Amino acid sequence: MNGAQEALLSVRGVSVRFGGIRALDGVSFDVEKGRIVGLIGPNGAGKTTLFNCLSRLYEFQEGEIRYEGRSLVEVPRHGIASLGIGRTFQNLALFRTMSVVENVMVGGHCRTSTGYIANMLRLPSVKAEEAQLRAKAEELVRFLRLEHVAELPVGGLPFGYQKRVELGRGLISDPKLLLLDEPAAGLNHEELDDLGRTIMDIRDRLGVTVLLVEHHMSLVMSISDKVVALDFGQKIAEGTPAEVQNHPDVIRAYLGTG
Amino acid sequence: MTTSEATAPAAPVAKKGPNAIGITIFVLLLFALPLLLPVVLPLLGGIITLKPNFMIFQLTLVIIYAIAILGLNIVTGYNGQFSLGHGAFYAIGAYTAAILMDKLDCPYWLTIPISGVVCLVVGFLFGLPALRLQGHYLALATFALALAVPQLLKYNHIEWLTGGVQGIVIIKPDPPFGIKAINADQWLYYLALVVACIMFWLAINLIRGRLGRAMIAIRDHPIAAEVMGINLTVVKSMAFGISAAYTGVAGALGAIAIAFVAPDSFTIFLSISFLVGLVIGGLASISGAIYGGIFIQFIPNVADAISKAAPWAIYGLFLIAAVYVMPTGAAGLIKQWQAKRRAAKQ
Repeated sequence: MNGAQEALLSVRGVSVRFGGIRALDGVSFDVEKGRIVGLIGPNGAGKTTLFNCLSRLYEFQEGEIRYEGRSLVEVPRHGIASLGIGRTFQNLALFRTMSVVENVMVGGHCRTSTGYIANMLRLPSVKAEEAQLRAKAEELVRFLRLEHVAELPVGGLPFGYQKRVELGRGLISDPKLLLLDEPAAGLNHEELDDLGRTIMDIRDRLGVTVLLVEHHMSLVMSISDKVVALDFGQKIAEGTPAEVQNHPDVIRAYLGTG
Repeated sequence: MTTSEATAPAAPVAKKGPNAIGITIFVLLLFALPLLLPVVLPLLGGIITLKPNFMIFQLTLVIIYAIAILGLNIVTGYNGQFSLGHGAFYAIGAYTAAILMDKLDCPYWLTIPISGVVCLVVGFLFGLPALRLQGHYLALATFALALAVPQLLKYNHIEWLTGGVQGIVIIKPDPPFGIKAINADQWLYYLALVVACIMFWLAINLIRGRLGRAMIAIRDHPIAAEVMGINLTVVKSMAFGISAAYTGVAGALGAIAIAFVAPDSFTIFLSISFLVGLVIGGLASISGAIYGGIFIQFIPNVADAISKAAPWAIYGLFLIAAVYVMPTGAAGLIKQWQAKRRAAKQ
């Protein structure tokens, strides 16, 4: 089997209803290992809803989501991270009172295991684990060029910085799959170029597969290996950026002509 | 470098981590206090007219309240779960100690860890269902606990155990190994101080580690915390349990120090006092518990000395003044002051 084509995540016929509204309607697609997959669609198309299904924040009524061949329905919400699925949030969800480094360290919670008694006595095992986690967090903070604000509380940092802290928090657990929910929202032009490079680095240097929800077409089209387009909860197109860009249904969804 | 980086705040001047030298000096001073008081008090020339022994007894209570408030801080300050019911855990700790000594002739020092464990279990079990409650609703549930416990202690069918309305009188312990150099009050002070040092050390360790970060993460953003792999059920219930254990240890020490427990010592007012101490001292601050303990022990006395007719009106004025002057608690005020001094030095 060709390793690059192997599906890390496969979404099959997933439907989500909120009351009478179908937020997702039988959506299916695969995310292959080592790829950057873009998920696009107009507002309300169901992109974030799908992310929230992957994080188990929402229950889906029909369909199946398999990650490394395992159904995610069996996994509790707090168990997703340790499987190797990291994510960022569309509207920042940082721990406001904590410093940049501490926020990133919380992302590593699922990779540490010392218990209450060991922690309260600060046994050598705890010290070693903490030192290792902190070193890794500091390394990521440098990777994201945040070292000069590393010890400041995130609540007071500029928006672009907070976005990068979210990235670091999602990366520290060595995820195999990283879900990025609109990482470009609110960024200026230079930051946008930076972000594109960072996401490519994340795949190439850290070997992480990326599923990217994004409104910024130029960003999605320039870095994605594959693009999936949603509209009104349904998949309307899937293929290379060029294919999807020129797909009549996609053009219709965005321009609203019929 | 992008443009927004130029406008970023400057790198922090403050070094993280507790100030080891300051803490050591403070603790040594506390240990020397019983020996210093008889010397220092006369020098003050009658400003404080209390007898040294009574002063020591009051300081013992400050230490005990500080432990209780530290416990409340773990669940409310660090984990964001509001509790109006910690007086109940204090009562359970106190009664556990009293009953163990009264009925089973348990040595007094052993009742302290046992009370802690009993309250850990009770707190954990209370915390489990309380997980479903948020904010105001959790406050009401804990309020119910604080109301119920003093009445349950008076319940007829367990009067043989709890002594009913009369409570239980216990014997004040003498210094161990026949030490004559210190009296019983001084010994209790040292006992409370040693227990407090251990409890504060454990709390500092807990808060700065992965589980402390998990608690704070849940307070700041529960959904993100869960997505990061934090088990909300376990961490929140444990925060409740550990918090109750701290307050239970304080209750046991309180029972030993006062040598008496009765249901009416543990009214809802005690729970509210802990909350007052917590907010005045400083939410999510370890040292804040000490300032909080000082406030709830001494301010009622000061208010009483100012006006015998309306001491609670005076207390209320103190409270309002405190929250106006120190909106982030005494610990927050001191932190600000230290930061200013550091900035001035540079």
